[in-house]
Amino acid sequence: MKKEILKLRGVKVHFPVQAGVFNRVVGHVLAVDGVDLDIFRGEVLGLAGESGCGKTTLGKAILRLVEPTDGEVKYISLDDNETELTSLEKKEMDPFRKKLQIVFQDPHSSLNPSFTIFGSLQDPLKKFGIKSKEERRKIIGDLLEAVNMRREYMDRYPHEFSGGQRQRIGIVRALCLEPELIVCDEAVSALDVSIQAQVLKLLMQLKKEKNLTYLFITHDLSVTEYLCDRIAVMYLGRIVELCDSEDLYNNTLHPYSEALISAIPVADLDKQTKRIVLEGDVPSPVNPPKGCPFHPRCPKATDICKTEVPTLKKYSTNGNEHYASCHLIDLPEIS
Amino acid sequence: MAKSSLDKKFDQIRKREEEKTFSTKKRSRIVNKFLNNRLAVLGLIIFTIIILASIFAPLLSPYDPMRVDLRSMRQPPSFDHWFGTDSTGRDVFTRVLFGGRVSIFIGLGSAILSAVVGIAVGCYAGYKGGWIDVIALRISEIFMSFPQIILVLLLVSITGQSLFNLMAIFILTGWGGMYRLARARMLSLREEEYVQALRSFGLSTFTICYKHMLPNALSPIMVNITLSTAMFILTEAGLSFLGLGVPLNIPTWGNILNVAQDILILQNYWWMWGPVGIVISVFVLCVNFIGDGLRDSTDPSQQG
Ligand SMILES: Nc1ncnc2c1ncn2[C@@H]1O[C@H](COP(=O)(O)OP(=O)(O)OP(=O)(O)O)[C@@H](O)[C@H]1O
Ligand code: SF4
Ligand SMILES: [Mg+2]
Repeated sequence: MKKEILKLRGVKVHFPVQAGVFNRVVGHVLAVDGVDLDIFRGEVLGLAGESGCGKTTLGKAILRLVEPTDGEVKYISLDDNETELTSLEKKEMDPFRKKLQIVFQDPHSSLNPSFTIFGSLQDPLKKFGIKSKEERRKIIGDLLEAVNMRREYMDRYPHEFSGGQRQRIGIVRALCLEPELIVCDEAVSALDVSIQAQVLKLLMQLKKEKNLTYLFITHDLSVTEYLCDRIAVMYLGRIVELCDSEDLYNNTLHPYSEALISAIPVADLDKQTKRIVLEGDVPSPVNPPKGCPFHPRCPKATDICKTEVPTLKKYSTNGNEHYASCHLIDLPEIS
Repeated sequence: MAKSSLDKKFDQIRKREEEKTFSTKKRSRIVNKFLNNRLAVLGLIIFTIIILASIFAPLLSPYDPMRVDLRSMRQPPSFDHWFGTDSTGRDVFTRVLFGGRVSIFIGLGSAILSAVVGIAVGCYAGYKGGWIDVIALRISEIFMSFPQIILVLLLVSITGQSLFNLMAIFILTGWGGMYRLARARMLSLREEEYVQALRSFGLSTFTICYKHMLPNALSPIMVNITLSTAMFILTEAGLSFLGLGVPLNIPTWGNILNVAQDILILQNYWWMWGPVGIVISVFVLCVNFIGDGLRDSTDPSQQG
């Protein structure tokens, strides 16, 4: 039986846009605009979409690194206690900070250049009750070995490490308090392809050993296919399709996902499909288009798309739940 | 077997590279770069000499800077009095040494204290943002736009001349610059991912901004401290020359220079104001060289 670890309901993050001498608010960036999403324990949920569609912001909103403007983020513990995170006080949030962690994209800014690895990792451990220095060194040393690095590296400075090594240290940091869910924000996109594979393998191995759940953010759908159990596709701050990863590739419902998938380079010539080229840029999230946010670029758009906003509806493909938001899907909706 | 020898060579290079990147600390790289800058090293040497000479002034000179000796008034430089004597027979060399103590103390002290104030406010406001930042920014603007000389006149007329009043004024007018520097650094640092990671652990604002972020904001502040030191020393000299600075009975470089107000002395007794003028200029120049050297060696965009 699948059990949720997080339930997002109507999560919105709007950044004010300020202009002029008096910093008047002239509009809002609708970075995340109403996301409903369940994340199940033990799964790898991919979150894909073009640059700027709000993936990072959604990941940060879950950890409250940015405050959601609206909506709920519920954490469900192993014994089925639900806690709404966004309304918690700073102090009350602490026990959940332990459980939810994040690995960042840029290995160059993810480590503090002025501290050794141990120096920058020890404060969180101290805060969460590991008082003796010996114990802290042991935890960090063990984790370094778990990511195939030498224990002694903890006394070195970040500039002594390569990008792949830094990224593994970022993983150590995320793991050091034994979290349950890790948001991997494009954790490998900045690395060379060969090193990407190494780090991905490591992530999957750690997931198995430590019973982790991943929210795996990426803009590269070719990686997600093999990694993720389910994939959510985001466009302009909303989820447009959510389903098992196989179904996303074989039974694509949303035209946007179709375009993304057709852009993946395929090695197998038989599988070669016609590439759908999206015209125009991603519209500004300050003034998203009326109707379906995708309609100015959608090859299938019809009149209804310009006026009516499609909602995320539930369908079934291959006997699996399949959510998509498009007017032109001719499958029966499941309630 | 050309290939294997080539391989071997590559292995050697790689090994050496690894050893090197793994042994040189970032700090030593900055020190090395600083030491390669001739002017900065020269500045540092002269700076150190002047400071040491001021500190150990009683050992270097047998005279008392305050003792009036009417038998040896206005004597030109000689073996006994290296910089001559002034109108009341006090040894000018001794006075320059002792004056250095006060002048450097004022310059360095005001610069460091205004940096402390500026950093304390700037780090917190820059990291937190919001209304705290807006208020701090406006206050600093008010202080920075207030003419220093009017503040001096105001304070001197209210509380009278004193060394600490002068330093208080320097700090009041000087912290704004430091604050802005610290704030600007924090604004860019707070988006760095390691800061986000610390926040994701729920660490306190104080730990994050003063312990983890501040060390990365320090190098431009250090440069600014040296440059402000030079500026404060010059301002002190200027104000004391006008009789508005430190009370005249305390020897400072500015107060020694004060005698040059008298046209008679300016024309006939060059040793009373010449040497001290040169010392001030040399010292300020040295401090500026050090500041430039620091800036170049800590500038990350030029890290070789
Ligand atoms: N702090 C902020 N203030 C204002 N706007 C922001 C802020 N953070 C993000 N945005 C805006 O929100 C939108 C979504 O940004 P986000 O970083 O979440 O995108 P992303 O999907 O992660 O993109 P990428 O693939 O480039 O990382 C962008 O238009 C961005 O400019
Ligand atoms: S609703 Fe219309 S515009 Fe939107 S994705 Fe479907 S077909 Fe395209
Ligand atoms: Mg991102």
